[in-house]
Amino acid sequence: MGEFLMPSLGADMEAGTLVEWLKRPGDRVKRGDIVAVVETQKGAIEVDIFEEGVIERWLVEPGTTVPVGTPLALIAGTQFPPTAKISEVAAVPAAPMPVPPTKVEQLPARPARISPAARRLAAERGILLDRLSGSGPEGAILYADVERAAAAEPVPCPTVPKRLDLAEMRRAIAAAMARSKREIPHYYLSTTVDLTRSFAWIEAANATRPPAQRLLFAALLLKAVADALGEAPEFNGFFTAGGFQPGAGIHIGAAIAIRGGGLVAPAIRDADKLSLDDLMAQLRDLVARARSGALRSSELSDPTITVTNLGERSVETVFGVIYPPQVALVGFGMPVERPWAVAGKIAARRVITATLAADHRASDGHRGALFLADIDHRLQSPETL
Amino acid sequence: MTRDDVAAVLIDELGRIAPETDASRLDPNAELRDELDIDSMDFLNLVTALADRLMIDIPETDYPSLATVGRAVDYLVRKMGVAA
Repeated sequence: MGEFLMPSLGADMEAGTLVEWLKRPGDRVKRGDIVAVVETQKGAIEVDIFEEGVIERWLVEPGTTVPVGTPLALIAGTQFPPTAKISEVAAVPAAPMPVPPTKVEQLPARPARISPAARRLAAERGILLDRLSGSGPEGAILYADVERAAAAEPVPCPTVPKRLDLAEMRRAIAAAMARSKREIPHYYLSTTVDLTRSFAWIEAANATRPPAQRLLFAALLLKAVADALGEAPEFNGFFTAGGFQPGAGIHIGAAIAIRGGGLVAPAIRDADKLSLDDLMAQLRDLVARARSGALRSSELSDPTITVTNLGERSVETVFGVIYPPQVALVGFGMPVERPWAVAGKIAARRVITATLAADHRASDGHRGALFLADIDHRLQSPETL
Repeated sequence: MTRDDVAAVLIDELGRIAPETDASRLDPNAELRDELDIDSMDFLNLVTALADRLMIDIPETDYPSLATVGRAVDYLVRKMGVAA
């Protein structure tokens, strides 16, 4: 018997609120299945499961706030890795929440598929998903289905929390960054990278593509960092009580600003193995979901390093604060045109300032310098990214 | 599709990107990126949506023509061959 726990979505998270179950007792689940939606400081997060098994019963009712690590459901037929047990939590009801038997026949055999936009609308309007019948492929619930239900059921449900609480997010950032500055001995390196070749390459690539398939410069930067990390494993992973643990893959947290304030850095998993087009598609999807508050739990807990990209309309240099327990942050400022010496002559070139903030417990400046120089080197051959 | 229709599509799409602002009250001469705090991903999404809805091509080299509401409407109308 295994337990499905309230996940920790970063060093700053202490508790989460169960918003919705997407699987019910008796359902077979496998690794990667989304089992529940949890409300956190980072918005409503879809929680995926890491093991296989059958949901035995629910232990926590929707609307309940419980500490990280609290068992949310029992899973039969699994061998979960041993976890720190949190025995009795006041918020956990003594008895599992029964499934109302009268409703069972109305329910789809499998939990409904639903688009993030539809889920968001449903949460905003307080529409219960198990009352909806979807008109999409395989019964998927579409935005229009929720709109119809919302029109028929205009009273908002007061127990559904707001999807993005910016004040909560601010508190979460405060906790994580205070811990970072308290515990992590940062060192900083900076270098200026000539982007002329990269810009020329991306402009040529985009000239023949429709907008939906165009690349953003940010995708090139993320890919260069991911590839360089392959040669610099001491910047990719976590610093814990046992010392530095290298990451199992290169999962880059892409810092995404939220309108109205705050930011979140969900993972692009195995970014070194993705093609530029796939990486761009994932970035596009992540930005949209981060801003609408529809990220998955693993996307928030997975990053092994963070990359922040200030972009246009900003400033030249960013000095990063590492997100614990990660050990490095790579920052890019605004690309600018500057006089630059090329083959003994001054020319106007587009350049960017790349910085590294790294944990001195895990690496030294010499290795950091090689890592940053390797990122520069890779950006001079964009066609190989 | 008239010029007003084109402007309505643009305002609608800007509203999706920046739901907290009333895009219809934007100064037609204000820089969109500053006024609506649009980043490069927002802008790419805007271009993608406009190209789809208006069935035109918007090459990257034309992006400066979309800098303000006023210039963007002029540009889109010209691209679509709509009589002003």
